[in-house]
Amino acid sequence: MTLSDVLPGRAIASRIRIGRLPPAGAVIPGLFLVLLILAAIEPRLFTAANPLAIAPREAFQPPGPAHLFGTDQSGRDIFTRVIYGARQSLLLGVGAITVSMSLAITLGVIGGLGGRITQRAVGWTLDVLFSFPTLILALLFASHLGNGIGPLIIATGIGNVPGYARMVLGQVVSARHAGYVEAARALGHSPARIIRRHILPNAMRPLIVTVTMGIGQAIVWSSALSFLGLGAKPPAAEWGTMLSMGRDFVQRAWWMTFFPGLFIVLTTLSTTMFGRYLQRRLEGRLP
Amino acid sequence: MTDLTVRPSLVVEGLAVTLGRGEHRRRVVNEVSFTVAPGKAVALVGESGSGKSVTARSLVGLAGDGADVTARALRYGDIDLSALGERAWRRLRGKDIGFVLQDALVSLDPLRAVGDEIAEALAAHGWGTAASRKRRVLELLDSVGIPEPALRARQRPDQLSGGLRQRALIATALALDPPILIADEPTTALDTTVQAQILALLETIKQRGTGLLIISHDLAVVSRIADEVVVLHHGEAVEQGPTAEVLSRPRHAYTRLLINSVPGARPRKPRAAPTSSDTVLEADGLVKSYVGPDGVGRLAVDDVGFSLRAGRTIGIVGESGSGKSTTARIALGLLDPDHGAVRFDGAPWAGSGEARVRERDRRRQRPHLGVVYQDPLSSFDPRWTVAEILGDALDAGGVPEGEHATRIGELLERVRLPAETAGRRPLQLSGGQRQRIAIARSLAASPKVIVCDEPVSALDVSVQAQVLDLLDDLQRETGVAYLFISHDLGVIRQVSDEVLVMFGGRVVERGPTEEVLGNPQHPFTQKLVAAIPAHVAGLDLVPSGAP
Amino acid sequence: MSSVTVAAGPAAGLLSRSRIGSAGRRVLSRVLAAVLVLFASATVTFFALHLTPGDPVRAVLGGPTANPSPATIAATIAEFGLDQPPHVQYGLYMSRLASGNLGMSFSQRQPVIDVIAAQVGPTLQLMASAIVVAWVLALASVMATTRRHPLLQGLGSALETISAALPQFWLALVLLAIFAFGLRWFPPQGNQGALSLVLPTLALALPLAGFLAQVTRESLELALDQPFILSARTRGLSEGAVRWRHALRHAVLPGISLSAWAVGSLIGNAVLVEVIFSRQGLGRVLYQAVTRQDMPLTIGVTLLVTLVYILASAAADLLFVLVDPRLKAHRS
Repeated sequence: MTLSDVLPGRAIASRIRIGRLPPAGAVIPGLFLVLLILAAIEPRLFTAANPLAIAPREAFQPPGPAHLFGTDQSGRDIFTRVIYGARQSLLLGVGAITVSMSLAITLGVIGGLGGRITQRAVGWTLDVLFSFPTLILALLFASHLGNGIGPLIIATGIGNVPGYARMVLGQVVSARHAGYVEAARALGHSPARIIRRHILPNAMRPLIVTVTMGIGQAIVWSSALSFLGLGAKPPAAEWGTMLSMGRDFVQRAWWMTFFPGLFIVLTTLSTTMFGRYLQRRLEGRLP
Repeated sequence: MTDLTVRPSLVVEGLAVTLGRGEHRRRVVNEVSFTVAPGKAVALVGESGSGKSVTARSLVGLAGDGADVTARALRYGDIDLSALGERAWRRLRGKDIGFVLQDALVSLDPLRAVGDEIAEALAAHGWGTAASRKRRVLELLDSVGIPEPALRARQRPDQLSGGLRQRALIATALALDPPILIADEPTTALDTTVQAQILALLETIKQRGTGLLIISHDLAVVSRIADEVVVLHHGEAVEQGPTAEVLSRPRHAYTRLLINSVPGARPRKPRAAPTSSDTVLEADGLVKSYVGPDGVGRLAVDDVGFSLRAGRTIGIVGESGSGKSTTARIALGLLDPDHGAVRFDGAPWAGSGEARVRERDRRRQRPHLGVVYQDPLSSFDPRWTVAEILGDALDAGGVPEGEHATRIGELLERVRLPAETAGRRPLQLSGGQRQRIAIARSLAASPKVIVCDEPVSALDVSVQAQVLDLLDDLQRETGVAYLFISHDLGVIRQVSDEVLVMFGGRVVERGPTEEVLGNPQHPFTQKLVAAIPAHVAGLDLVPSGAP
Repeated sequence: MSSVTVAAGPAAGLLSRSRIGSAGRRVLSRVLAAVLVLFASATVTFFALHLTPGDPVRAVLGGPTANPSPATIAATIAEFGLDQPPHVQYGLYMSRLASGNLGMSFSQRQPVIDVIAAQVGPTLQLMASAIVVAWVLALASVMATTRRHPLLQGLGSALETISAALPQFWLALVLLAIFAFGLRWFPPQGNQGALSLVLPTLALALPLAGFLAQVTRESLELALDQPFILSARTRGLSEGAVRWRHALRHAVLPGISLSAWAVGSLIGNAVLVEVIFSRQGLGRVLYQAVTRQDMPLTIGVTLLVTLVYILASAAADLLFVLVDPRLKAHRS
């Protein structure tokens, strides 16, 4: 997909180390993600309020001590809603990437291990599907499947399959032509054993990074679809929905759109930086 | 002839270079001194890690960021090089001191025409006009012996052959006719016959009055062209002096080691005749064609055959594109020939058309046919430790899991590696150690034949010698036969009983090693033999009677 | 006794193909592939939409609130051929497509071609300016900060990473809030004039710039480590000359390959930006078409999008070969 195609950079954050811990570029995003997961599992650790509770008198409050992130047009506390939104977002992210990867790995492996015709056919099909912008593909599926989290997960998941599948296909094909595969052949190992012990493990290894970064990407995509009205309907506490609700009030209450979006950004940044750290560690072991 | 008294010398005294960051900072060059005088050549000889390249780059101020270069004296003529700022260095580079890196394929910008790079060198120093620069480019290309200069100037490095590329690279360094030329490994990555041509070119440049500093790991190169030799080991100059003297009467142990390690320098250890005379691997009438990038069909292998007996070694020598690697792959059964057949241990192994052998039928016998590649690292699964690599090979040989630990220990001992190597990963090992692991892997299933495809080409000279000795001993102990592929006739000479010379896919000459080398008939063989170092260590490696 | 074989040149096998013939064949195969892709694109869209629950008739006649008479419904069904079984509809539709007829839009009651023609301009304008701005920003950041002072480098890299992580729709809202409503420098919506293009372009360009910059930076660093750069320095070239005349060409190659994909993602994100800034454009049209199950319009826009992507890929490939001519020799 997008950022997962990006090679790791030697950002300065990767050089700051505290003792024997992993570098700052991995610890800080890692910490954020841990907090996010906690918020998803048990939002009450962070806030006691109810995300859907209306308080008309407190509508459009700017951020302040009573409401850290302000309130929306019906007086709902934005901070609470953002915290509760974490669960939705992580569910969307993890769910979508699971859907994407299952299909992508299936297609990629079939295409990669197959004969020349299979490889060509799969490759070509993926190229065709890839020429659909992800959002359009997702839109088509979302409109077909209706509203709700489940359909959103499927739509986002399927929308990203061509990109990921192409990547898996590439990995499998290059693992197939690797020197160690020929060496294994020369030793007399059977094709089944070579696939099982060499091609698949080596092809799948880099995907750990892809999945990590993909979760952040999936969250962005699904929020975009929610924003367009396909997905969780207002007043659900979901970051994308909150953005769409706040859109009409950008002038009057900027905090309604700023904070949910900020969290989307922070989540994406964290998954990307953490993914890059994983990639560097992985490549430290590869020739 | 240039007036030699006018051209300045490069004087280096007590050079020391410190590199590295933080805890890795160390002195990589210590107390190195030499003088490069006009019309003379000095060679810095050493293996990887000796500090020779760093020394050379310090002389043009390119030792790297964070490099600390000090010297008692570092002078070019009367310019003090240790006090130069970046601006002054830039004026000096190219104009007073020229630099040639190795492997023109990556040392010239792959996306630009070679003519443009030469012109750029001129323009950077404000030389001439666009028109006069064009003329000078053609002059230069001609002076380094490139035919059709007008055509070549417009071509990119990948469109030129290895020899022409290297000449073009030299031309860029000579653009402003610098009195001193530094050449870092000028002949590595070139075919042997081309190497000789480049050396001749450098000799010509020297004759014209340029002072040469040659960096090389190859004593043969050095002996051909250098007047003085400085031997570097771990950053120190362990020995230096006139070439003939250092090579014929070396005083330091390391120098002696280097000289003795030159392949072909020592005669092959005498050995008893092998016990069995079975033919373990034979090939007959192999033909393999391929279609080149221009759509033209060619024959990679054209009627090649051989007969390898137990305990013996057949060496196949040729340059790149001669078809030797393709032959090896057919012999291994990894590639099917278009015509001809291969028999392994008496049974059909590879064939064409109706006689094609199925992989299923071969698989059981594969563990008895080992292979060692030029780059062992890419033949190892990057996730595995040495123990896992060897265990996997033992599995292939049908050795039960319980015995693995002991067998791995035995194998490591056989290849002279300590037992704790088993727990390490190939990435943590040196090139020589990795190659030993590769050899151990091929031995796991008690093979009858091992095919070695350029197994020592990527190794330092002293390590090469160790690995070749190891292969020799293993053959003695186990009676395994080798099919040995190499471009280096010296290496072939050291290991082979019989040699096949390949050129353009055909076997142009064959016979017992000493006979072929002593009396080469085919012009190509003659060229190869002439390229072997003839005067290293004063030993006449080429038996009398050769040209 | 050594034996000698006198070398005789092996006979050449195949005939070499003429240069013009092979180039023409390449172009032909690309055009064929493009047509196939368009065809597949239309098919997928057709079936995706056809499986959508919902009543296209109602959509045409004004949505769920409208109350058309049976006669009107019957007439509409006949007019749009909605009573035929799916495969017949597909066949009819494809044959009309092949002759260049994109049909009538259900929801807009206009020929699809007209709808597209009216809306394609602003979208193309937006995409073109976004990709240009993205590249300019990316190159500026990379060339100015790579391998220079470590602090500068860290800053550049950090800015790029953050930019790349910004979701376009959120960035659009933030820009809207600050620059349109807050500072009132730019209009919050509309299509008129260059000013109205600025914010939407920035919303699309900044994240793309961050992404392109990351890729190009990595590539530049790799290039600067290459031996030919050292060669250039030994000739006395300055740092600037080395970067701009040698390393840059190599550094932009991965970015060019990715630009084709980038155009595709820009189209998708243009949907969001056009909705937020209430701009005319294909994005908005597509969104409306999909939600109203307007099949001809959806297919029409999707085909155009696919076509744009195909052209962008071809352009990127061409540009790549221009910068790196080595590939020309290796294409068979």
